[in-house]
Amino acid sequence: MKSMQQGTFAQRNFKYLLVGPAIFVLLLIGVFPLVYLLMVSFQGITMTETSTDFVGAANYKQLFEDPRLWQALLHTVIITAIALPLELVLGLAMAQLFLNPLPGRAIFIALMVLPVVVSPIVSGATWSLLFNHRFGPINQIIGWLAGKEMVLLWAINPNLVYPAIIAAEIWQWTPFMFLLLLAALGNVDRSQLEAAAIDGASWWRTFSRIVLPAIAPVMTVAILIRGLDLFRLFDIIWAITQGGPGTMTETISVFTYVKGFQQFETSYTAAVALLVVVLLSALVMLLLRRVELAR
Amino acid sequence: MTPLARRRAWNLGLRLTAAVLITLIFMFPIYWLFMISFKTAAEIYSFPPKWYPGSFNLDSYLVLFKDGDATTVGNSLVVASFSTALAMFLGFICAYSLARFSTGGNHLANWIVSQRMIPPIAVVFPIFLLYVWFGLVDTYIGVILLYTAFNLPYVIWMMRGYILDVPPALEESALVDGCTRWQVIWRVVLPMCRAGLAATAIFTFVFAWNDFIFALVLTRTEVATYTVQITHYFGGQSNFWGKISAMSVLGTLPIFVVTAFMQRYFVRGISLGAVKG
Repeated sequence: MKSMQQGTFAQRNFKYLLVGPAIFVLLLIGVFPLVYLLMVSFQGITMTETSTDFVGAANYKQLFEDPRLWQALLHTVIITAIALPLELVLGLAMAQLFLNPLPGRAIFIALMVLPVVVSPIVSGATWSLLFNHRFGPINQIIGWLAGKEMVLLWAINPNLVYPAIIAAEIWQWTPFMFLLLLAALGNVDRSQLEAAAIDGASWWRTFSRIVLPAIAPVMTVAILIRGLDLFRLFDIIWAITQGGPGTMTETISVFTYVKGFQQFETSYTAAVALLVVVLLSALVMLLLRRVELAR
Repeated sequence: MTPLARRRAWNLGLRLTAAVLITLIFMFPIYWLFMISFKTAAEIYSFPPKWYPGSFNLDSYLVLFKDGDATTVGNSLVVASFSTALAMFLGFICAYSLARFSTGGNHLANWIVSQRMIPPIAVVFPIFLLYVWFGLVDTYIGVILLYTAFNLPYVIWMMRGYILDVPPALEESALVDGCTRWQVIWRVVLPMCRAGLAATAIFTFVFAWNDFIFALVLTRTEVATYTVQITHYFGGQSNFWGKISAMSVLGTLPIFVVTAFMQRYFVRGISLGAVKG
């Protein structure tokens, strides 16, 4: 058998040949488009202007003068800031509930997987069915509780669109938190819990001093994964409000889509997309460090 | 019953009630979606809404098949299957190299997984411009290529973890027995991480199958996937609820079936390998 050093070119560079095709595809579809995006962002292409002359940093200047963009960022942050803690707390409470033996536990957990694997656009469509002001069951239930017929316009009323979107978001992703935290709680050292029980520690003390630190790495990973997903929230909004009423529920992804594919402000959209990439990269750095910590 | 036993029974009863209630709440939207798809048009648009269909009505589905809209589920199947196969092959050999030879060190591994985090809208916009250039919009190749690239980082990251779980001693003994590295990969490593491979393939398939934004931008009529087709039935006040729900069920049921077989690997799969479950 030839040793690696003396083999043919293919044998000597085997490990690079294995990564080569994958890297090529990633460069072609992941990196090259971003380089192209950078170029386009310095041009002045719009629906009516097809010239590819460079216009300097005009598009980047426009970023700072576009209130709609910053509102879209704000909407994204608001939805994240409300949905994420709720998902975390609900998921943790549910994980606590399902942690100990319970008749039918395996079936409950298997059912909880279902919302996570539904396509977000389907979940958005489902919730717009549920929230439909006339044919949906939610207004009907509220009507029963209120004792009179209620016509709440969930997709149109400015006060109700956010609760509607956040409800759909929480329904789909609380089970995600639940499953991760359930696994984490199951891995907490039993002997420590028993020792705390023997010492007569209160439930809260045990939870905050032993359980919480033990599951903190998993919680961090879960929060960061969900935070990234929420940052690019698109499907559920598209199904329920399409960013409306007006631009009230436009997230940064919806805004970018509207600018690029409905208003055809090509070069400006390129600048927006790059802004999104830069903002997210900071978040990604953080996630990578944490994922490695947890491994 | 002793007081302690009574308290335990109470406690269990309360927890069970809470568990049943929570599960019912979380299952209700799925029930409603499926239920609507079996209603007649008159039942869908009846007020107050009915909570169960009068009969097991398949009209909404028949319309989808008669109009040919159901072929979009076929499109989803084609693009998700081919992109999964491609991403699994390229990703698996790449992951092997990263896991066994530490090719490129941590930098390469980190760069690859960071590719996964780029927001789809930021990538799909320039890709659309390039696809227009190359005539790849609304083609199978274009969509498959994009899904492959989108899922590659996930496959590489997950498979690297699963391959690291395989003891290297097994490979070394196979090498001593005269196998080449290439043979070792396929005859020793692949069978050893079969389960992880299957779980990762299913996730990859589900990501492509459930995607909306890429398909919305890059397909028109020929390759439109079921998720894009669903949004064609949206229309202000006159949503076609029967079609929306039937199409959603056609797209969702297969996912429920495949994920039922991977419960054990689910948590590891959705946490990017951070939680081994």
